[in-house]
Amino acid sequence: MAEKMAENGKTPILDVQELGIDFGGLTAVNDLNLQVFDGEIAGLIGPNGAGKTTVFNLLTKVYKPTRGKIFFDGKDTAGKSVVDINKAGIARTFQNIRLFGNLSVLDNVKTGFHNVTPYSPITAILRLPKFFASEKEIDEKARDLLKIMELDGYADYLASNLPYGAQRRLEIARALATNPKLLLLDEPAAGMNPQETEELMDMIRFVRDHFGIAILLIEHDMKLVMGICERITVLNYGMMLAQGTPEEIQSNPEVIKAYLGD
Amino acid sequence: MQFLSYLINGLGLGSVYAIIALGYTMVYGIAKMLNFAHGDIIMVGAYIAFFAITKFSLPLPLAVLAAMAVCTVLGVVIERLAYKPLRQAPSLAVLITAIGVSYFLQNGAQLLWSSSSKVFPSVISTGGISLGSASVSYLTLITIVTCIIVMVCLTLFINKTKTGSAMRACSEDKGASMLMGINVNMIISITFAIGSGLAAIASVLLASTYPSVYPTMGSMPGIKAFTAAVFGGIGSIPGAFVGGLLLGIIEIFAKAYISTQLSDAIVFGVLILILMFKPTGLLGKKINVKV
Repeated sequence: MAEKMAENGKTPILDVQELGIDFGGLTAVNDLNLQVFDGEIAGLIGPNGAGKTTVFNLLTKVYKPTRGKIFFDGKDTAGKSVVDINKAGIARTFQNIRLFGNLSVLDNVKTGFHNVTPYSPITAILRLPKFFASEKEIDEKARDLLKIMELDGYADYLASNLPYGAQRRLEIARALATNPKLLLLDEPAAGMNPQETEELMDMIRFVRDHFGIAILLIEHDMKLVMGICERITVLNYGMMLAQGTPEEIQSNPEVIKAYLGD
Repeated sequence: MQFLSYLINGLGLGSVYAIIALGYTMVYGIAKMLNFAHGDIIMVGAYIAFFAITKFSLPLPLAVLAAMAVCTVLGVVIERLAYKPLRQAPSLAVLITAIGVSYFLQNGAQLLWSSSSKVFPSVISTGGISLGSASVSYLTLITIVTCIIVMVCLTLFINKTKTGSAMRACSEDKGASMLMGINVNMIISITFAIGSGLAAIASVLLASTYPSVYPTMGSMPGIKAFTAAVFGGIGSIPGAFVGGLLLGIIEIFAKAYISTQLSDAIVFGVLILILMFKPTGLLGKKINVKV
């Protein structure tokens, strides 16, 4: 599907060109080319330490690239800050869950709405009608997101008290609140049992269809990756090893070698 | 009844500490630094209110607003110039810088307004009301009421507004907050603005209670309020409130029943005792370090 879009001359939402980063003398990612198209679910896989999370950190500007360019929505992202990138429309979740544990589940999602809430602190202090109207709107939107991620029963729980699988879903809800065009999921199924993973796959597909966004995910669970990704990029030692459909990747001898050894 | 009037006076003094302690605790909660210049912001606020009333003969509410405006700007400017460049520096460097800023403000005030103390005009009427046999001055009542209003407004602001939830998010995880699109530098500036604005309110209450204004007047209340913040659990807003009130009550009772000279020693002694049994303060949360 993606190839077809590319042939049709559609520009990708995310276009990474010859991206690389060095930490001191260590090259963590090198010469990476990666495209994600509108409405696509793409996968980024590779053995441990291959540089997958580093790629996410580069995309969200937590790290500044040493080489190469990242175009998002047709614009070069060089010089943008972490906050700029989020405003531009890239949201992410974390491999090691980073929720605001002492905030309620609902408030966690509300923090995601921070930049799309159109009132200033002054309005809030003066309690102008606009404050109440937009707080009410945010409340409703946040509850809708919780419903989509099947968290509506937990709204008033502290985030740190949620079961593990629910915490992962809450991270997705919080990321969606920032109104992204591209959602980066860092090991969304880590620690989930097969049934939860199955449900998560449906949820990811639903999120893509419902919000019409592109999704790029890192995952070790091959059933999930092969089940929902339309295109997969394989990283090994920070270099791109292969790119293609799930079928192509599964039969690629280089990939099998990287995962299983010689 | 002596006891009741001591208790109410303690609450009055404690309210001032609580308002100052809120500034310490909010800045610590969000920027993870101890702003030792906070006490000197009080001093600047007191001078501004003093000049507003004596030189420009402004009424009290306008004088308070003027002091708040100047202190808010001062707090934000100090943060931008002195602390923001050190965001990635070790916390000890920031601490030393804060002490430096404190001396800078004290000496700046000495240079501008001389070191001799000025008498703060009594703008709050000196009368009072009697509760049974205890009499309570209007000033004490105003102080307690102000503290309660500040507490309620601040709690609503922190819990019910998007800026408030962004502040809570930043205090937990700045990196994740940034990735959710929250401008962390802006949130830190807002925190300093609120803390300094509250310091200005406290300065007028303090200068009305102890009516002399001089360049080092902020350091002792500053240290006491810092103690109150640690007492209640630094980083916790209800903790600052409870810590401030308790500290005020302990101080007045120690003065009344034990010894005026020893009162400060007793206050700090109680702090040491509490920290021995509850190292995170009364309402502080235990920080679980993940392994």
